[in-house]
Amino acid sequence: MLKTAISIAFIMMVIAQLLNLYRLFKGPSLPDRILALDTMYIDAIALFILLGIYFTTTTTYFEAALIIAVMGFISTVATCKYLMRGDIVE
Amino acid sequence: MPDLKKRIAPEYRWLPHPLMTLTLLIIWLLLMNTISFAHILLGTFLGTIIPWFTNRFWPERPQISNPVLLLRFFFSPFLFDIIVANITVVRLMLQPDISKLTPGFIQIPLDTDDPMVISILASVISLTPGTVSSEVYLKERLLIVHSIDVPDPEAAVQTIKTRYEKPLKEIFLC
Amino acid sequence: MTIFIEFIVSFFLVLGAFFALAGSIGSYRLPDFFSRLHGPTKSTTLGVGSMAVASAIYFSFQSGRISLHEVLITLFLFITAPISAHFLAKAALHQRLHQKKEGTEKIS
Repeated sequence: MLKTAISIAFIMMVIAQLLNLYRLFKGPSLPDRILALDTMYIDAIALFILLGIYFTTTTTYFEAALIIAVMGFISTVATCKYLMRGDIVE
Repeated sequence: MPDLKKRIAPEYRWLPHPLMTLTLLIIWLLLMNTISFAHILLGTFLGTIIPWFTNRFWPERPQISNPVLLLRFFFSPFLFDIIVANITVVRLMLQPDISKLTPGFIQIPLDTDDPMVISILASVISLTPGTVSSEVYLKERLLIVHSIDVPDPEAAVQTIKTRYEKPLKEIFLC
Repeated sequence: MTIFIEFIVSFFLVLGAFFALAGSIGSYRLPDFFSRLHGPTKSTTLGVGSMAVASAIYFSFQSGRISLHEVLITLFLFITAPISAHFLAKAALHQRLHQKKEGTEKIS
């Protein structure tokens, strides 16, 4: 049952990533694209968690997910700041 | 700009932020995924050292009147609202006719100047679905909030004020 | 590993995936930027948070000792989601003001 649930969740997350990808390419304004990137990294965390449950033996997937969470947040803030000020470090 | 040195009371010189020490210890134990004695010791050490170095950025401690009230706020309006309102928003977003939505900005007059309360209020508003806090005008004491579906802006402002701002003001004493 | 635990983990996984998918569908369908901001920042955060909780439950029962470090991801996402949403909203407002060349006018 767990394997089926993981498969279903995985397929749903991949569809979600494709929709985000559409928004990333289409998105009329720059904030739209940043929002799509932001959503994509959160969904990537979800994919890593699913892989971590599927391959139970290792904790590498957890560490990868944590690093993506930290770096993704910082990159979103940095890009937004660049958009607002035209400069990241003041 | 108030005098920074005056804010640090002498009894807190060695342990500037007790709550931050505790939080850092818990995060360290979660990160290491053990509760062995060595890691508790190391976590306490890190939790004491890091507030020393970051003390300049956090000169004042939040004044929490009653931790029980804070816990109750965390569970009763906050966590409950996140789950219930998320379901509502998902239903709104998945409905077949999307043009029925009436998105718009609402202005919330703030009753407080405290930056801690304002930032927590803005975060709570952002996390409870349907509303995203998008701009703060500190001088005019206004919080601009975008809401996905506001048929009645006045009622929405009243709901946010009574449901989130009043308990937060009670908790943080201002 | 009983069937009951397996059921709970599966339930949380599918629920989380559903919320994350709903957030992405929202960002695909909704007409303007500020409405799109609602889907990803909250539904997706809740969804991924619920998946991390499922992972914590699974590993706790699978390895026989309490394993809570996935909760850290949930905590981190819930702390950072409002901040990034606020930054995105600020950036969008800034851009909109810039385009309209109405620097003094406030949004209402």
